[in-house]
Amino acid sequence: MISRFFHQLGSPRYFYRFSGRLIPWLAVPCAVLMLAGLYQGLVVAPPDYQQGESYRIMFVHVPSAWMSLFIYIVMAAAGAIALIWHMKLAEVIAISSAHIGASFTFLALITGSIWGKPMWGTWWVWDARLTSELILLFLYLGVIALHNAIDDKRTAARATAILSIVGVVNIPIIHYSVEWWNTLHQGPTVTKFDAPSIDIRMLIPLLLMAVAFKLYYAVVVLMRARCELLERERNTQWVTELVESK
Amino acid sequence: MHPKRKKRLYLIVLMVAGIGIGIGLALNAFNDNLMFFYSPSEVVAGEAPAGHPIRVGGLVTTGSVKRQENGLTVRFDVTDNAESVTVEYTGILPDLFREGQGIVARGKLDTDGVFVAEEVLAKHDENYMPPEVADSLKTAHQEGVGGTTQGDTTQ
Repeated sequence: MISRFFHQLGSPRYFYRFSGRLIPWLAVPCAVLMLAGLYQGLVVAPPDYQQGESYRIMFVHVPSAWMSLFIYIVMAAAGAIALIWHMKLAEVIAISSAHIGASFTFLALITGSIWGKPMWGTWWVWDARLTSELILLFLYLGVIALHNAIDDKRTAARATAILSIVGVVNIPIIHYSVEWWNTLHQGPTVTKFDAPSIDIRMLIPLLLMAVAFKLYYAVVVLMRARCELLERERNTQWVTELVESK
Repeated sequence: MHPKRKKRLYLIVLMVAGIGIGIGLALNAFNDNLMFFYSPSEVVAGEAPAGHPIRVGGLVTTGSVKRQENGLTVRFDVTDNAESVTVEYTGILPDLFREGQGIVARGKLDTDGVFVAEEVLAKHDENYMPPEVADSLKTAHQEGVGGTTQGDTTQ
């Protein structure tokens, strides 16, 4: 039953219809959660005992950084599925994720830099956490560039899948960099085995924003995947029917 | 699973494992270079190269910050609760600089063992709390066990 559902979902035509209906159900909660998170984070949450008001950039910085890792893992997993099962939909999801992941990585680096200047006293340092996150951005850009460099989409998908799978080794390095080496960046606050070392009134908006960003990714990746699918399948019957019926 | 797909799966697992081990060994070999700063213990033990620009990181010892006559030069001790190094710095300190706070200083060790810094960066810890909670924690510490003040993280 479930496996049949996934089989159907794998067919571009079925996926196109299903995702079209799914998007509003994701977009509305995303907007609500993001507004709630911003209100909680910027208005309700108390200032920090050391950083005052400027710590509030965390509510964008931290979810962005989490997303940059999460999307990479999704992209590499989709790439692996595309390589093993030659599933078209996985190829489409992988390349659609790359742009969004690159944007979140860029956002994490920029907000981190803006936060670093007043707190640390510098825009940028070459410590292990910052450097490995920058490498992640280059990996994303490499995936996009490689995909654009190859005309045949199926060959391009296979080449980018290999690149993104190779890059997966960078993910644990980013996460554990602050524990393995001395870094200027502080250690993990929430994603550790102890209780999070953050006040509950600050943790709630952070988690709200994290869920909102996840939903945002889901919405945008579905939208991009639908476009990509239409372009790839433009010569098939279902797309012709779809266009004619409109 | 189809034998062909199984083969591809194994190939991918093998590739990730191989690259992982390779990168792991490389990072292990470069371990010292990946450290952003030396701790005061390492400096005192002579593990940091003298005369070369290095970074030293630790907590500013409470009560050690002294401003010189000209108002811009500051001397303070940086400690990792085992050893400490005196740092001299001329310039503007970051907002988060205070006694008990973690900092990273970049500069050179002079012949007297004083670390002459060209740049001082503040390191903040992973704890976030409102001021009133921090205050009550502080008083609880002083009334209770006594000894440790705020910023008792060792990182």
